[in-house]
Amino acid sequence: MRFAVPVFPGSNCDMDCVHAIEDVLGEPVSPVWHQESDLSRYDAVILPGGFSYGDYLRSGALAQFSPVMQGVREAAVSGKLVIGICNGFQILLECGLLPGAMLKNRDLKFRCEIQTLCVENAKTPFTRTYEDGERIRIPIAHQEGNYYCDQETLSGLKANGQIVFRYVDENPNGSVDRIAGICNREGNVLGMMPHPERAIHEWMGTEDGRRLFESMLQYGRRNGGAA
Amino acid sequence: MFKALIFVTLRESVLDPQGVAVKNSLHSLGYQEVQEVRIGKQLEVLISCENRSEAEQRVREICEKILSNPVMEDYTFKLEEVA
Repeated sequence: MRFAVPVFPGSNCDMDCVHAIEDVLGEPVSPVWHQESDLSRYDAVILPGGFSYGDYLRSGALAQFSPVMQGVREAAVSGKLVIGICNGFQILLECGLLPGAMLKNRDLKFRCEIQTLCVENAKTPFTRTYEDGERIRIPIAHQEGNYYCDQETLSGLKANGQIVFRYVDENPNGSVDRIAGICNREGNVLGMMPHPERAIHEWMGTEDGRRLFESMLQYGRRNGGAA
Repeated sequence: MFKALIFVTLRESVLDPQGVAVKNSLHSLGYQEVQEVRIGKQLEVLISCENRSEAEQRVREICEKILSNPVMEDYTFKLEEVA
């Protein structure tokens, strides 16, 4: 299964994602500069964290117009797996592949710590090796992770099982309904503020993020994405 | 040539934590009469258009496509003809 990690000016978790795929899965993975628009040779896309375009205007607002986003849209529409982590999640919201928007954290603080999450939906391609309701520990590192959507959108997310992760012990950023990660209706596009790529070895403090990548590979193999 | 003065603010229904923090600071400075503070941004855009109605339409387009995020923000603008 071939993974692409688009790199925007200002991305800074791109190599962490590359290493996560290499360390956890041992699958081929390439950083892809944002000027590239064709991602058809890849089976999955990881939009990394960081500060694309310096967070100018709004987080993720300018990255949505980079050429590589055409390839990301095509991958999403064709059913390939697309995950946006942190700034990657913000980009997915700005470009409309996921509903809602991201506000500044309620307490205006940059929060960088390990959080306990609840796996709310273990049937997605990204969570199939977790259990429904399982508690996992994954670090966050953001100042704009306060997920916002209107009531109608929230009802839709709940009804369709699109809320994939929630914060458990506290709500670190003020997110609507303690949301930490959501997917699209089809389930092949996931956005999450916590960083699974920073939770893949015991020395990182937690390795609960490994199974997210293992889930993607398992799903990809079963669906012929491992060509 | 027109100059658009664009104001982007969080929608009324969205809590503005920066505005709340500034309001609390004003209160601690003694300005108890301040009821609410909302923080937004101002953008100045110079745009070459033939006439005012074309400029209005183009500015509205860029506001909706990129300068504001309609999920959480509102925008208003003023147009001024410049030499």
